[in-house]
Amino acid sequence: MLRVDDLTVLYDDHVAVDDLSLTADDGEVLCVLGPSGCGKSTLLRAIAGLVPTAGGTIELDGQILDGQRPDQRRVGLMFQDNALFPHRNVADNVGFGPRMQGVDRRETHDRVQDALHLVDLAGTDDRAIASLSGGEQQRVALARSIAAQPRLLMLDEPLGSLDRALRDRLLTDLPPLLRSLGTTVVYVTHDQDEALALADRIAVMRAGRIAQVGVPDELWQQPRTDFVARFLGLDPILDAEVTDGVATTALGPLPVPGLPDGSVRVVLLLHALRLTDPLQPVRPDEVAIDGEVAGRRFAGDHLRVRVRTRAGLEVSVPVWRGHGPQPGAPVTVALATDAIHPLATAADVQATGATRQ
Amino acid sequence: MSSRPTARPWTTAALLALPVAFLAVFFVNPVATIVATGLRPAGEFDLSAVWTVLQDPVVGRVAWFTLWQAVLSTALTLAIGLPGAYALSRLRFRGSAFLRAVVTVPFVLPTVVVAAAFLALLGPDSPVNGALSGLLGDGAPTVDLRRTVTAILIAHVFFNYAVVVRTVGGLWSLLDPRLEDAARVLGASRWRAFREVSLPLLRPAIASAAAIVFLFTFTSFGVVLILGGPGRATIEVEIHRATTQLLDLPLASVLALLQLIAVVAALTVYGRLQRRVGSQPLVASSVAARPVRTTGERIFVAANLAIMAVLLGAPLLVLVERSLALADGYGLAHYDALFRDTRDTILAVAPWEAVRNSIGFAIAATLVAVVVGGLAATAAVTGRGPITGLVDRALMVPLGTSAVTIGFGFLLALGRPPVDLRGSPWLVPIAQALIATPFVVRTLLPVLRAIDQRLREAAATLGATPRRVWQEVDLPIVGRALLVAAGFSFAIAVGEFGATVFVARAQFPTMPVAIFRLLGRPGVTNFGQAMAMSTILMVVTASAILLIDRLRVGQVGRF
Repeated sequence: MLRVDDLTVLYDDHVAVDDLSLTADDGEVLCVLGPSGCGKSTLLRAIAGLVPTAGGTIELDGQILDGQRPDQRRVGLMFQDNALFPHRNVADNVGFGPRMQGVDRRETHDRVQDALHLVDLAGTDDRAIASLSGGEQQRVALARSIAAQPRLLMLDEPLGSLDRALRDRLLTDLPPLLRSLGTTVVYVTHDQDEALALADRIAVMRAGRIAQVGVPDELWQQPRTDFVARFLGLDPILDAEVTDGVATTALGPLPVPGLPDGSVRVVLLLHALRLTDPLQPVRPDEVAIDGEVAGRRFAGDHLRVRVRTRAGLEVSVPVWRGHGPQPGAPVTVALATDAIHPLATAADVQATGATRQ
Repeated sequence: MSSRPTARPWTTAALLALPVAFLAVFFVNPVATIVATGLRPAGEFDLSAVWTVLQDPVVGRVAWFTLWQAVLSTALTLAIGLPGAYALSRLRFRGSAFLRAVVTVPFVLPTVVVAAAFLALLGPDSPVNGALSGLLGDGAPTVDLRRTVTAILIAHVFFNYAVVVRTVGGLWSLLDPRLEDAARVLGASRWRAFREVSLPLLRPAIASAAAIVFLFTFTSFGVVLILGGPGRATIEVEIHRATTQLLDLPLASVLALLQLIAVVAALTVYGRLQRRVGSQPLVASSVAARPVRTTGERIFVAANLAIMAVLLGAPLLVLVERSLALADGYGLAHYDALFRDTRDTILAVAPWEAVRNSIGFAIAATLVAVVVGGLAATAAVTGRGPITGLVDRALMVPLGTSAVTIGFGFLLALGRPPVDLRGSPWLVPIAQALIATPFVVRTLLPVLRAIDQRLREAAATLGATPRRVWQEVDLPIVGRALLVAAGFSFAIAVGEFGATVFVARAQFPTMPVAIFRLLGRPGVTNFGQAMAMSTILMVVTASAILLIDRLRVGQVGRF
């Protein structure tokens, strides 16, 4: 089990990781999701012992890692862009870890074979790194991390540089592979698809801190802050004035039973909006919003229609079947009232220390 | 890779006419004459002269000394330079960028200036001895390392420190730091990660730096001539002695042949290694240098700074100090004497004329080198097929050939028909231009090759006529490189000694020649004037180099 408490890392002069706390249970796959520059790679480097920490503790399986050199920690880190040794062949790259640990030749060989087999690259032992494709290099890097039998496996944007098809394939292959290892995994990415495909839990990171941790469903259903909602792609985010359970917003009055009076910011969750069938009225738990189609974008498996409301706000509504209305057409959007989710205000956030201003 | 424009064959031929003629008359001809004089002393092919020379115990001693001092100099330079390369390429600290530029200066300083500086530093009157006697009183030992092997070795390290820092450091700063990180995470200790990952990847650069340092120290002339004593002559110095003192031209020719063979062998090895450096898979990253963090690293950086200060800074400071030192305190008397219009008995002319000659010759040499090198580089880039590589390589040969060989060859070949330039002051700038031309090509070629054809295409689609394209794209990019090439040529020419000392007429001495002659005479005044002139030459050269570094086209001192 990995336990990070109040970790602070300074990089040159700025705070890269800011009083951050995080845990990952044995065998858990924890995804750290955040925009570039939020400090997520630095977090991994700090856990690996590659950058000095300015405060806090890092504990793995009950043992404090602080003060230990990287080579003493037995923590695996798969680097962004691999960092494969260009002067060694595949087997020597994968066998590097066991060799450093003083494992004898036969066992090293066995571990290399097992690791290569696991990533589906058996028989490539003697290939030069430069002769491998991007995806193969990625898998060799993973095998190299695995063969060292780390107590914690960390992956830093491992699929970042791959093309979409390859990425999708590895996204299918990785979860069972990681689970079969049984190792605790910390997986860093900026891509929510990767996080969704792999994670037991997701930690959204922002400016050196954890903005929110939770199982994927929880994050998408109950984003805590403006930042988390935006980063997950939820839209629109509206300022609202609540009086007696009714919020006045740019979309008009919306029923928000249970919300206290006053200013609040709300986000519409993914399932909030649908185009209504002209022949059927909106359901009782929905609010009808009139507008006209401003544009449309084909998104592969569905169509996204941009609707400009009377008040001039644009919302994007998915259309899963059929051709959808043409630009200029008047439409009615149904808004499910249970998908109106309040976000924490800046003051709340500061009080709980979840994010940094 | 975008395609480059290719010229018609006759255009290439026209571009190449001048460089080829220049090389034929001023390089091939002298070298061929040396070979002929060595192998056919009496007009007939006769190897017995070669045999006699090779059996001469003096020649054996000279060859042996040349070899072992070069090996030792190379080993010392690597031992001192590699930590410096690490400090300057992988660690970031206050002033590290400035230091990277400054360490190059010694490399391009004229050998005579460096020899003069070490004479001052290692002589009995140096501040080192002043400090010693101040500390220990009258009984203090006097350090006098003039005319010792130690002096030669230190001076060689001084010169070539930059070669190691630039060549190895250059590659080191491109090595992805995450490779070592990966090794660390996989359980390698710091030292093991260096040995298993960085060292193998750096090996070609280290070997290539070693090859070039070996080449430079093997062909060392000015430093050994001035700092070495009797019995401590390299082949170069012996060629000079055989020519000027023994008047034994066949001996000098055979020695020059020996030198040529050794140099070609070293260059071949170097060329092989260079190709391997080029084929290195590297991640160019700007994050390779990181701030100094631990106490150990601070001590490491401090130690390297101390080495640089003592090794590179001290000699030059003492040089300036000695140029100002008079019998009673400090003053500008030595500088005054240089510019007083008195005919010096040693120099045959007023000393300031040497300054004037040097600058005049260097300007002429720069013009010749830029024109010849520029034409050749253009031909190499626009030409088709094997021409490209051939020109590139042919123009590199004078780089490897020692200056003394060139000077001696000039003396043998150009004092008789068909090219009789005996006594002509033109020999000096031509010899200097020959030595500077490879550097011009080396500077221009990569820049010309790197101009992305798409830039020209973009300009054209935006409405630029071919002339405007050249004016707006090619010229601004190549213009800076031309300036750099010119500055570098000037610095080389103004400090050139090995070839110049053979061909400079007594009434047209250059600064290095004048310094050499002044140093060769006893007397405090002569020494002081030599120091003053060395200081002037140092300032001129260093200014040219630092100015170039500012322009940041390629890296001076990287091969």
